Amino acid sequence: MEILGRVWKFGDNVDTDQIIPGQYLSIQDPKALGKHCMEGIDRGFSARIKPGDILVAGANFGCGSSREHAPVAIKACGVGAIIAESFARIFFRNAVNIGLIAIECEEACRRIGSQDEVLILPEEGLIKNMTTKEEFKFAPYPPLVADIVKAGGLLPYVRMRLRGREGE
Amino acid sequence: MGMTITEKILAAHAGKDKVGPGEIVQVRPDLLMINDVSGPMAVDAFASVGAKRVFDRHKVAVILDHFTPNKDVNAAKASAKLRAFAKDQGLPHFYDAGFGIEHVVLPELGLIRPGDLVLGADSHTVTYGALGAFATGVGSTDLAAAMALGETWLKVPETIRLDFRGRSSRWIGGKDLILLAIGEIGVSGALYCSMEFGGEAISRLDMDGRFTMCNMAIEAGGKAGIVEPDEKTEQWLREVMESTGGRAGTVSDGAQFRISLRDLRSDKDCTYREILSFDVTDLEPQVAAPHLPSNVRPVSDLKSVEIHQVVIGSCTNGRISDLRAAAEILKGRKVNRWVRTLIIPGSRRVYAQALREGLIDIFVDSGAVVAPPTCGPCFGGHMGALAEGERCVSTTNRNFTGRMGHVTSEVYLAGPYVAAASAVAGRIAHPEEV
Repeated sequence: MEILGRVWKFGDNVDTDQIIPGQYLSIQDPKALGKHCMEGIDRGFSARIKPGDILVAGANFGCGSSREHAPVAIKACGVGAIIAESFARIFFRNAVNIGLIAIECEEACRRIGSQDEVLILPEEGLIKNMTTKEEFKFAPYPPLVADIVKAGGLLPYVRMRLRGREGE
Repeated sequence: MGMTITEKILAAHAGKDKVGPGEIVQVRPDLLMINDVSGPMAVDAFASVGAKRVFDRHKVAVILDHFTPNKDVNAAKASAKLRAFAKDQGLPHFYDAGFGIEHVVLPELGLIRPGDLVLGADSHTVTYGALGAFATGVGSTDLAAAMALGETWLKVPETIRLDFRGRSSRWIGGKDLILLAIGEIGVSGALYCSMEFGGEAISRLDMDGRFTMCNMAIEAGGKAGIVEPDEKTEQWLREVMESTGGRAGTVSDGAQFRISLRDLRSDKDCTYREILSFDVTDLEPQVAAPHLPSNVRPVSDLKSVEIHQVVIGSCTNGRISDLRAAAEILKGRKVNRWVRTLIIPGSRRVYAQALREGLIDIFVDSGAVVAPPTCGPCFGGHMGALAEGERCVSTTNRNFTGRMGHVTSEVYLAGPYVAAASAVAGRIAHPEEV
């Protein structure tokens, strides 16, 4: 698995209200949510982005509410991965659960520039900036989280567990 | 080495004698909660994994509070979906529009008890820590998985101890203390940590104030906020038992605490990541200016800020003590004619109590709008949305960019005394000014 795309940069403390404003929370359809992605901070974002593009942000990305609409909107509008200095914990869990790659790597966030072309190799824990030829390493997910990511998200993982129980 | 109260609760629910920070444990929750924002996705996810019944129908609460009374057709569909789910699963703890805001309602129904482990698909689930429970927010998919499996994984958090010392003035409540702390440590100051609140000022604080404090632990990035249970907690629980006619504790296995109340405190030799101390003597009422809950100033720094709206309510400050505080200021006064003032009791029970005490009369006479219990305005969902450039003083929990409406609108977070005084003054005001 690899992700290749252009970088869109954001600062610290991007909150879930900026990612998907509260007025849209009665929407459930991922595509419809994707259209409003980042509307609270960057109107028109969803129209500019190409599939596979990468968000690079500062500290505490996704702080605020537990709305899964936030990672769902980001994934649905085509973002391939998020690299941040750190994530708010509920957002991180939600991203992992729906199969959206979320990587913590402070150095990469500081060095990667807007519109750089970046390649991510999640299993190898490697980020390559194709524009500047710089490389960054990041810590792999802890075992249980890695299992969920490998299964393609939490739901396939639960399906597997439920089938196991029926077999007991 | 001893354990913190947080570690004790997690250990008990993981079936272990001891756990330590960083450890990943499988825990069996006492209660799960979904609302009309997080619930529809959770219900779909639940169905998609092939699950038929929730793991324990007494341990799943469904409450319609965010877009209720239904804002529009989408909101109505979301409510209808959850109503059908509750019916189909035979859930006794289904609370339709009007019951109130989840984090006000569930504790007052006696569904949260010291030592419990609660997962809610809402970030302010941390509120229940005021009762000495471990409660944290998760997303819809996590909650769906827990409904199917009856368990989830959690990383044991490090604990930060926050001690509040000194005797504060009468205008200081839980909101001022938590804003003071968030202003100090920042919006990611407690990221992934449990925030344990203690000290003499917390011992003196009433339960409503403790709910307010734990509620905003998430605004510092906290995984939980928690207060060790004491006589006030026990007294509060006794009153809940009486008021619910003994219905308290109907969450499945009933009245047994997982851990005895006496043991529900941090051991003397436990390990804290850090211990912070706050002196609240002479503390001025605190206000968080736009656009982060950590942008905290004393109220006197902001007195020139003109406002257009005041909201008093929410899972943070929608309890009876909050309404009493607002009424104390608004009694015999009129709100400024250019300030829309919304007062939202946090639950039907709070509303009824406010009626009995004559508070609703005071609010209506003052020119405020008294709305039905709902989360609506807090997250810009419905009711009380702000136009371009408008400013609101709100007793809610977040003042992010565009939180209550237009992206250029501004939210100032404060306690009910400051909010009510500001409604009268037409600008941010200290309660002593009116």
